[in-house]
Amino acid sequence: MKKYSVIFLLVMSMLVFAGCSQTVSTDQNVIKIGVNYELSGDVATYGQSSVEGIELAIEQINEAGGINGKKIQLVKYDNKSDASEATTLTTRLITQDKVVAVLGPATSGAFMATIPVANQNKVPVISGSATADNVTVDDKGVKEYAFRICFTDSQQGNAVAKFALENLSSKKAVIIMDSSSDYAKGLAEAFTSTFEAGGGTIVAQEAYMSGDTDFNAVLTSIKGKDFDVIFIPGYYNEAGLIIKQARAQGIDVPILGADGFDSPKLAELAGAEALNNVYFSNHYSSVDPSPVVADFVEAFKAKYKKEPDAFNALGYDLAKFVVDAISRAEKLDGESLKKALEATENFEGVTGTMSVDENHNVVKDIIVIELKDGKQYKTYRVTE
Amino acid sequence: MEQLLQQIVNGISLGSIYALIALGYTMVYGIIKLINFAHCDVYMIGAYVGYVCMAKLGLGFFPSLLASMLVCTLLGVVIEKIAYKPLRNATRITALITAIGVSLFLEYTTMFFAGADVRTYPPMTGFMAKTFKMGDVVISAQQILIAVITVILMVLLQLIVKKTRIGKAMRAVSLDKDAAELMGIDVDSTISFTFALGSALAGAAGILVGVYYNSINPLMGVLPGLKAFVAAVFGGIGIIPGAMLGGYLIGIIEVFVAGFGYSMYRDAVVFAILILILILRPAGLLGKNTGEKV
Repeated sequence: MKKYSVIFLLVMSMLVFAGCSQTVSTDQNVIKIGVNYELSGDVATYGQSSVEGIELAIEQINEAGGINGKKIQLVKYDNKSDASEATTLTTRLITQDKVVAVLGPATSGAFMATIPVANQNKVPVISGSATADNVTVDDKGVKEYAFRICFTDSQQGNAVAKFALENLSSKKAVIIMDSSSDYAKGLAEAFTSTFEAGGGTIVAQEAYMSGDTDFNAVLTSIKGKDFDVIFIPGYYNEAGLIIKQARAQGIDVPILGADGFDSPKLAELAGAEALNNVYFSNHYSSVDPSPVVADFVEAFKAKYKKEPDAFNALGYDLAKFVVDAISRAEKLDGESLKKALEATENFEGVTGTMSVDENHNVVKDIIVIELKDGKQYKTYRVTE
Repeated sequence: MEQLLQQIVNGISLGSIYALIALGYTMVYGIIKLINFAHCDVYMIGAYVGYVCMAKLGLGFFPSLLASMLVCTLLGVVIEKIAYKPLRNATRITALITAIGVSLFLEYTTMFFAGADVRTYPPMTGFMAKTFKMGDVVISAQQILIAVITVILMVLLQLIVKKTRIGKAMRAVSLDKDAAELMGIDVDSTISFTFALGSALAGAAGILVGVYYNSINPLMGVLPGLKAFVAAVFGGIGIIPGAMLGGYLIGIIEVFVAGFGYSMYRDAVVFAILILILILRPAGLLGKNTGEKV
């Protein structure tokens, strides 16, 4: 008899809890936003950093009263840095958790995998850091329910070329490119077209494979040429070694890079001494003097006891950007939210002031950071 | 002209590393006819031991060099005892597959403990950070160090092989294992000693690469290992001076291919050389073409 009563109690309590979750999802005073990020796996650092930024932003918004009196609730899942897992989670967030929008994933490949689900269910998905050119638009046109708040690889390549022409008055560039990544290829193409359109010439284009460590031969061969800037589209692992070996060979022209340079490892690999006259474009810099950035850095340090990085800043902006659109949407459904996102103009974020263009990309300033003795020293803004 | 000299300097630095690794391949092949694919991972372990000594324990370069040679010596002997000795009379393919297994084991064990991320040596100071200029040719203290240490180790190796009793035993075992055993030579300990020597050289190569390129990771041994293997075959596998010659030549060829603007074909050229050598001169540059007795 006793045994039965225990089971009875268990069943009852389960029913009660099930009832609870039912009431939450239909609660009129809560707006649910899905968070689908890489919290473990290969690129876990991107996902974790983004989510830290998102959580800080939502906390601030809820403390300030939410949207029209409604609090925001995050529904957070880990996609394990796997594109198919990310797709499953987006489906689950949209169909079971009934979120109004899904934030993430962080990488272009995983984000793109979730877009068909978004279009099918008419619920927007927004990424803070998917930079590949074809994320929101391809040959078939704009992907209706996909948005992002970061610049694209080619926007970035253009900005770096513009910076070289205007701020450094360079005319002759050498490109040393990571030939094993689409990211680097996109950057190199955009850089070349803008640099040449602006009157510059590409003196030489060399390539390497990710994982290479010896660049002396290539550097010796370009040393005999006449050039005034080097552009390295690639990641910090090899870029750090190229900079170190270039400086050791006495090549002291400015070296340019993109957001692939953004890691403390760059300074470890190249050595602080070599990192002078080195510039790279990025989404954000903590040494940026603007007040929006200063407030963010202060709030972030108070919550997490560390300096925010670019993914933290992008996550923070992403959450605020979406909340801004929700507050302007006519109704709380995917279609109205999509229209509100498309209408975003001059949204002021930590990573710049952004407006959404017809391809669901954002138009915004790109920050170029100057390194001095291995440290971020000064920032420049490049307008498209 | 300056550019040519500079490329030769670059090539010698790179070639020294290949030569040091190639010696281990060639000695082991010479004595038990096994291509020890785990050898390139002993080199990687050497780099990690150097990293621990210099970055974590704060030791200087020379104590760290000795420490990593010592650890690699032990590792080489242990690998031989555990993985290869039980297979002494098995077919050669069995030992080869075991070698690949040991190689993967070392790589992924290191990755488990140290992470897959690139690690960096501490910044060099004093003499090690200096660069010397001769006209337009720039030579760094590290490049000089690599070249000098390599030459010293090779001379030492030659002395051991040619002038000592154990060296004589090594040559005897490599010539004819059974006959050597009949003459009272302890074959097992001679083989262990060969692994010890080869591994010590690989350990030295590991720490030199760590200091020179300042970037190590658990899979760093794979490509240099393959190229060192090509170098050993190029010079004539089983022949010690051949491995040195092959190492330097491969290093210099690689640098020149990259220097002439074909950096993407660098690795392809190295492996094309392997294929050509195997077709045209299977015994290698210094090897004698001997017909196999039936």
